[in-house]
Amino acid sequence: MEFINKLSLFLQATVQMGTPILFGTLGGILNEKVGHNNLGVEGMMLMGACVGFMTGYNTGNPVLAVLSAGLAGLIGALIYAIITVTFMGNHIVTGLVLTIFGTGLSNFLGNMKIPVEVMPGFVQEQMYTMLNLPKSVAAPLADFEVPVLCEIPILGKMLFSQSIYVYISIALAIILAVYMNRTRFGLNMRMIGENPGAADASGINITAYKYVHILAGGFLCGMGGAYMSLVYVDRWQENLTGGIGWIAVALVIFATWSPAKAIFGAYFFGAMRALSPQLQNTEIPLIGKINPQFLDMVPYAMTIVVLIFITLRKKKEHQPPAALGTTYFREDR
Amino acid sequence: MKKILSALLAGLMACTLCLSGCGETQVDDQGDTKLEAIAKEDIKAAFLYVGPIGDLGYSYAHDQGRLALEEMGITTHYVENVPESSECEATLRQLCDDGYNVIYATSFGHGEWVEKVAKDYPDVYFGHATGYITGDNYGNYMGRVYEARYLAGIVAGLNSESGKVGYVAAMPIAEVIRGINAFTLGLRSVNPEATVEVVWTNTWFDVTLEKNAAISLINNGCDVIAQHCDSTAPQLAAQEKGVLAIGYNSSTPSAAPEAYLTAPLFHWGVYYTQDVQSIIDGTWEGQSYWEGLSAGMVSLDDLTGNCAEGTAEAVATAEAAIKDGTLKIFAGELKDNEGNVRVAAGAEMTDAELQAFDWLVEGVIGSVN
Repeated sequence: MEFINKLSLFLQATVQMGTPILFGTLGGILNEKVGHNNLGVEGMMLMGACVGFMTGYNTGNPVLAVLSAGLAGLIGALIYAIITVTFMGNHIVTGLVLTIFGTGLSNFLGNMKIPVEVMPGFVQEQMYTMLNLPKSVAAPLADFEVPVLCEIPILGKMLFSQSIYVYISIALAIILAVYMNRTRFGLNMRMIGENPGAADASGINITAYKYVHILAGGFLCGMGGAYMSLVYVDRWQENLTGGIGWIAVALVIFATWSPAKAIFGAYFFGAMRALSPQLQNTEIPLIGKINPQFLDMVPYAMTIVVLIFITLRKKKEHQPPAALGTTYFREDR
Repeated sequence: MKKILSALLAGLMACTLCLSGCGETQVDDQGDTKLEAIAKEDIKAAFLYVGPIGDLGYSYAHDQGRLALEEMGITTHYVENVPESSECEATLRQLCDDGYNVIYATSFGHGEWVEKVAKDYPDVYFGHATGYITGDNYGNYMGRVYEARYLAGIVAGLNSESGKVGYVAAMPIAEVIRGINAFTLGLRSVNPEATVEVVWTNTWFDVTLEKNAAISLINNGCDVIAQHCDSTAPQLAAQEKGVLAIGYNSSTPSAAPEAYLTAPLFHWGVYYTQDVQSIIDGTWEGQSYWEGLSAGMVSLDDLTGNCAEGTAEAVATAEAAIKDGTLKIFAGELKDNEGNVRVAAGAEMTDAELQAFDWLVEGVIGSVN
């Protein structure tokens, strides 16, 4: 019985660890499907995390907090889009710079001091890192237990005791999957990633498509960052995402650019993160103890394995967008 | 012809480099090793922090010490987020070149770089927290925080119902291991059956990982969470899951008001003010400074209302006994968590042994590798 209880709590943690990764991955997929390799995911997530927290703190409104987090990510993506789409800069360099910029900017903003009424009638200047999120923001976003259903053994806690944010992430993944594979816009978007020249010739406005998808991707990354600062840790601390953005970049490949597969990939990577403290003191028959560093390595190692597989099998639907990482210039043919 | 010429030039260059290298060392060898006192207004003290001040933890506590120097009227400066890598060396050299003459590096991993840079800048005073290096112009300093951790263990023991306490620990180095062991001994002094489950995060500051580790411990049935890592995340996890928490480094009841019991605290300012005063007086020596409760270098934070009745009395008794020397924390008989006797009855561990601690005492669930 105790084991079943532990398992159900572990599955719950798995989904919680996987949710920010899923947001980042969806953002990454949107970028890569229009042919843009965006390594700025981590930076956009941090900007979202910081701005989301600041807005949440100052307005006390959870919807505004989440939207502003998305907007912060979107602004980061706008910088990236202007440089890579309009000025045709190098994707990799721009993405890396965006990560560095986002990290620095979020640390800078988070270290700003604002006057806070510590005790009634006593105001003190404090940094955002010192502050708690108001209840009006934290409570609606906290884990919500569906009565009765959350008592289901093993799966109950995972499925029915989660923040609304978790359900939003899954819904977004499904919507994106439908959009990409079942709509004309999705088809056009995929075409740009595969062959921008052909897309251009067929009358698709490439620049508009690229901007829209890169910005939307940034919005999702920003929201993912805010999951950390509004839900999981529910406060702002420097480098809050701690490398989740990079895992998301790896997961884009691991999920072979498919939003639906990204759901499972995110939870698999989340499980590795949730497992690492859990396994430290557990003896596994035959194997013994598993080194936590080994588990930290698994997501990346698995990504390499997947990359080797898709390169070897050459299955069409699993290939990276053919024009990924190249800049498209109409006259350049 | 060109090839021969370039080879010749390269050779010449190598010779010049060698010669200039030799020259420098000679000057160093003859240089005066005794440091001169610096007038109070000329002191420019710089601090290297491994994390951000906003961690409300380790770096924050050091910064409180820096502020104590400012109060003394000393000019200070700090650099946050200095990693334990060659970037640390670059930062140290930059600070020296910028005219800082007293430099404190506050993380264990900064040590090797301090030692390297200190030899190149013999006029600059260096201090390295939590380390072991000493030299003509560098020393190390640390608080015997394990004494406060022993007291924290008593608090945990009197407030845990399940007798299972979780401990989110950063890295398996002697300092952390010593803390876990003192905590466990304190815990078992009031509840001999209690256990401490340890999870390593292998980083000093990673909010997600630390929260994740704490949640996994709580899921395993721990109802008090202690920590040796730099963020308040374990306390937040405890509050969220409705269990109790013991912080570290600085007083953080506002972070998790319903969970926070107390925290072992550092008062680095005690050392910094004393050290700078000795530089002003010209009495400075490269030493290993290691003081605890009695010198005021460490303490246990005021107990909050979350503590059970009788906790304060038990802590006060033990604290008095540690201060007057009647209670020796690491005195035999001590067994490790595999059942081997490591310290015989009547024996006491020396400071050297404490600084090389690499085993966990009985009652700890976990291992050091």
